[in-house]
Amino acid sequence: MSLANLLILAAALIGIGVYGALSQQSFVMLMMGLELIINGVMLAAVAFWALSGGGVPEGQLLTIVVMAVMAVEMALGFAMVVAVYRAKQVDVADSLTGLKR
Amino acid sequence: MTVADAVFYILAVIAIVSGWRVFRTDSMVRASFLLLLSFIAVGAIMLLLGAEYLGIALFFMMAVEMMVMALFMVMFMMNPAGLNPMNMVHQPRVAIGAGVAVFLVLAAVALFAQFPRNSAPSALDPVRSLGRELLGDSMLIFESAGVALLATMIGVVVLSGAGGRFGASDVGSRPPGLTPDAAPAGPPEQEEAASGGGHHGH
Repeated sequence: MSLANLLILAAALIGIGVYGALSQQSFVMLMMGLELIINGVMLAAVAFWALSGGGVPEGQLLTIVVMAVMAVEMALGFAMVVAVYRAKQVDVADSLTGLKR
Repeated sequence: MTVADAVFYILAVIAIVSGWRVFRTDSMVRASFLLLLSFIAVGAIMLLLGAEYLGIALFFMMAVEMMVMALFMVMFMMNPAGLNPMNMVHQPRVAIGAGVAVFLVLAAVALFAQFPRNSAPSALDPVRSLGRELLGDSMLIFESAGVALLATMIGVVVLSGAGGRFGASDVGSRPPGLTPDAAPAGPPEQEEAASGGGHHGH
């Protein structure tokens, strides 16, 4: 369980998340991609804290902040999905053509 | 290879495979539970690394979050129970290319960068040190996160509420016409009955 192995795992999670966030049409599936990206980021932060940072408490604090970011992203994302559905009755990203030329 | 290494590799495979299957399963509810599995594997790896509080907090947080997620999945699911094959993707090649590129760049950083090797001391009590940091030197950051979450709650209520104090929440959100006094730009309005209320049941 070296730092490189942990970071490669985090990179794989971030890569899968980027694929999901770019490719999924449904808003909720798109947000799952964002969640996976944040999952990889948290793993990388904890890995650096444990194996490279010598266990300084700020490393854990960074992970807490990322967790708060994840909660904000989930809550506001779902609220926007609901608002968009109320306004336009759509739930896929391709239907939002307001800025399309 | 120690036991911890073996457990780590098993958990890593679980995290990656379940994360991948999230976008390959036919049922959105199953997708949310697969994402939960991926998060639990990552939380267990955090426990292996000695981050006890963060790992357990991730378990609890993701369990609740994925329940909410599953509820939303049912609300927005176009394919109940995963009975039909579902492949709702756009620009798949660009997305796969971007994902692979991100992975390769980050993996190259992981392999070739020279990070300091400075493991946490075995005598470290991670929960105690985190608590002292949260309510000590970094209290301002911790409290700012709390205020940000409060602002999020207010914003969520404002965004998702059906009717505001001054009428329906989407009034005024229609784009202006392309010429004066023209109909709003964008797609034509749906039927008026859908936004006219009367189906709220309160």
